[in-house]
Amino acid sequence: MNIVVCIKQVPENADVKINQETNTLIREGIPGIINPFDTYAMEEALRLKEKMTGKVTAISMGPPQAEAALREAVSLGVDDGILISDRAVAGSDTLATSYILAQGLKKYGQFDLIICGKQAMDGDTAQVGPGIAETLGIPHIAYVRKIEEIKPEAKYLRVERMLEEGYEVVETSLPALITVVKEINEPRLPSFKGMLRAKKEEIIRWTASDLKLDEKRIGLDGSPTLVIKIFTPEARTDGEIIEGTPEEQVEKLAEKLKETKMV
Amino acid sequence: MAIKIIEDKCTGCKLCLSACPYGAIEMVDKKARILPQCNLCGACVEACKFGAIIMDVKKEEIADKQSYKGVWVFAESRRGEIMPVVYELLGEGRKLADELNSDLSAVLIGSQVDSLSSSLIGYGADKVFVAEDKELESFRDEPFSRILVHLIKEEKPEIFLAGATAIGRSLIPKVAARLRTGLTADCTGLAVNPEKKILLQTRPAFGGNIMATIICPEQRPQMSTVRHKVMKKAEFDKNRKGRIIRKNIDGLDISGETKVLNMVEDLTQKVNLTEANIIVSGGRGLGEAKNFKLIEDLSKVLGGAVGASRSVVDAGWIPYSHQVGQTGKTVCPNIYIACGISGQIQHLAGMQSSKIIVAVNKDPQAPIFKAANYGLVGDLFEIVPLLINKLKEVNC
Ligand SMILES: Cc1cc2nc3c(=O)[nH]c(=O)nc-3n(C[C@H](O)[C@H](O)[C@H](O)COP(=O)(O)OP(=O)(O)OC[C@H]3O[C@@H](n4cnc5c(N)ncnc54)[C@H](O)[C@@H]3O)c2cc1C
Ligand SMILES: Nc1ncnc2c1ncn2[C@@H]1O[C@H](COP(=O)(O)O)[C@@H](O)[C@H]1O
Repeated sequence: MNIVVCIKQVPENADVKINQETNTLIREGIPGIINPFDTYAMEEALRLKEKMTGKVTAISMGPPQAEAALREAVSLGVDDGILISDRAVAGSDTLATSYILAQGLKKYGQFDLIICGKQAMDGDTAQVGPGIAETLGIPHIAYVRKIEEIKPEAKYLRVERMLEEGYEVVETSLPALITVVKEINEPRLPSFKGMLRAKKEEIIRWTASDLKLDEKRIGLDGSPTLVIKIFTPEARTDGEIIEGTPEEQVEKLAEKLKETKMV
Repeated sequence: MAIKIIEDKCTGCKLCLSACPYGAIEMVDKKARILPQCNLCGACVEACKFGAIIMDVKKEEIADKQSYKGVWVFAESRRGEIMPVVYELLGEGRKLADELNSDLSAVLIGSQVDSLSSSLIGYGADKVFVAEDKELESFRDEPFSRILVHLIKEEKPEIFLAGATAIGRSLIPKVAARLRTGLTADCTGLAVNPEKKILLQTRPAFGGNIMATIICPEQRPQMSTVRHKVMKKAEFDKNRKGRIIRKNIDGLDISGETKVLNMVEDLTQKVNLTEANIIVSGGRGLGEAKNFKLIEDLSKVLGGAVGASRSVVDAGWIPYSHQVGQTGKTVCPNIYIACGISGQIQHLAGMQSSKIIVAVNKDPQAPIFKAANYGLVGDLFEIVPLLINKLKEVNC
C-alpha cells in the first residue's frame, strides 16, 4: 500500500511572542518543528505500513529549511521525503497550497491513501486537506479518530470521524484523503538507526516548473485571499485576584458570579 | 509580487527583523534585506514604522464580480435540528446584508428539512433555498458540496458564511476549492469595508497569539467559516415574511463514494462542550483521576460541562473529547472555571475567548491568572468543595 503524508514545518509555538510596541510576532532563532498534528498523520501511516507492508512518503511545501522536517520524518521511519520549494510558491494561501500539493501528489503517481493533520499549528485553518482532495477529485474524511478497516485491494476504507457530539462510522473508497486528530495514536520517537538514515537520505526537491504549476494559481498573486492586518488580541485588563480565607474567597466569587446573571 | 525595501526610507532600526516569523530578513550596511526563505506574510510591512517596506500584489481581476449579490448562510442541520451557530450567522449576516443593501438567504440541505425553513425566516432570512432528497439524510461531503457549488454558481451570492463546526470545516474548504475562491477559517469578527464593500474577516492564528484580518478582493463569493458563540444570535420574529425556494437537484449526482454507517454519541459528555454555557475544567492540580469527581460535582451544580487540560487527558484521567485547547476543542462559554490548570498558551488558545474566566490555582505565578477575570489563589481541594456548597445554597 502506498501512503503519502502531508507535513508542514511550523514555528515552534512557545517561541511566538508579541512585540507590544509594534504588535507583531517576535521570532528569533526560529527552530521549526513538524506541525504536531502531522506527527499523528505520520504515525498512522507508519502503523499501516507495518501492518500490511507498503511505502510511506512524506511531502511538504515550504522554504528550503523545511527539509529538516522531512529528515525528521525519515528518522521516524518514512521511506521518502519530497520537498516542494520555490520562490514562486511563497505567500500561497490555503487554496494555492492545496493546488500545489495536489500537483505534487499527481507527479508522485500512485497512492492509496493521503493523510494530513487536522490543521496546521500556525494557520489553524484545517482547509488544506479537503482542498487537496477536491483538487485531486478524490473523497476525503476529516477529523478521523480511528481507522477501523482498510483494504487496498478492495479499495475500501472505514473510519471513525469525530463530531462535536460523538463520532460517526464512515466508509469510502480508495484512493482517499483523511485528516486525523490527536486521539488516533501516540506518535513514536525516532530510532537511532532512523536518525543515521535521515542524515544520509536524499530528500527529493521539486520546483514550480517540475510540477508544471499554473502561475496564476500559486504564490501571493495567485491566492484569492490576502492578509491585510496582523495585530495582538486585546489583553485582559479587568482581571482581579480575589483575596481572603478560602471561605471569603468563595463568598466573594459566588457574589460576582451571581452579578453576571449567568448562573 | 514581492516584498520590497525602499532603501531611502530604511533606517536600519531592525523592527522588521524581530517581526519576521521566518527569520527572513538580514541587515546589510544598516539596510534591511529580504532573504530567500521569505514567505510573503507581510508581518514586516506592518512592523515598519517608516513605510520602508512595501508589498505589491497583483491579483487578477475577475470579470463579473459585480454580478454577485447577497449574503448566504449555510443552515447546517443535524438529525432534524438547525445547529445553534446558524442563528448567530443569521444575526451577523443580517447586519452585513443591510450594510450592502442586499438580501440575506439561508441554504438548507437534507432530507425532510422543509419544516425548518420557517424558523430560518423568523431569524432573519429573506429567502431560504431548500435542496431536499432522502439520499441527503446524513451529511456527506461529496453530495453536499456538489449541491452548494451548483447553487452558488446559479445564484451568485457575494458572501457565504458557515459555522466553523466539524462539518463546516470539512465541507466548506471543499466547496471553496471547487469554486476556486478564498475561504477564511474560524472567523471571530466580520465587517464590511464601507468604501470598497468587501468583507473584512478577522480570525485568530498561531493558537490565538495573534489576530489577522483577511480579505478576498477579487474572487466571489467571499467565504468564511465562523466560530460558534462569538456572534450575537438573531432575534426571532414569528411575523417575519420570507420566501422558500425549492431548488431542483435532479440533474446532480448525489450518490458519492462515502457512506455514513452509524453515529455513536459520546456518553461521557453529558453536556456538549462546544455548546455549554458553563464549563468547569480540571488539570494536573487534581493529583489523580478519581479527583475529577470534584470537577464533575461543581459542573453539575452549575448545570455545565466538564473540560480538561491536555496533561490529564494524556494521563488517561478523562477521555480526549473533554480536552480544551489547541489540540483539543475551542470553547467559548459564558463562564469557564479552570481548577488546577497552569494555563499554558496551548490551553489558553482553546478558552481565552470565554466571557468570564475563573481560575483556582495554588501558584500565584500561574499564567492562568493573566487570562482570568477572577483569580483565586489557593488549594482547589479546599476551595472547590466550599464553592459547591455555596452554590447549592444559592440555588435553593
Ligand atoms: C503542540 C502542543 C499542543 C498542546 N495542546 C494542548 C491543548 O490542546 N490543551 C491543553 O490543555 N494543553 C495542551 N498542551 C499542553 C500544555 O502546554 C500544558 O502542558 C498543559 O496544558 C498543562 O496542563 P495542566 O495545566 O493540567 O498541568 P500543569 O502545567 O502541571 O499545571 C498544574 C497546575 O495545578 C496547580 N495545582 C497543583 N495542585 C493544586 C491544588 N491542590 N490546588 C490548586 N492548584 C493546584 C499548579 O500550581 C499548576 O499550575 C499542548 C502542548 C503542546 C506542545
Ligand atoms: N505547506 C504544506 N506542506 C505540506 N502539508 C501541508 C502544508 N500546509 C498544510 N499541509 C497539510 O494540511 C493540513 C492542514 O493544514 P492547514 O489547512 O494549513 O491548517 C496540515 O496538517 C498538513 O497535513
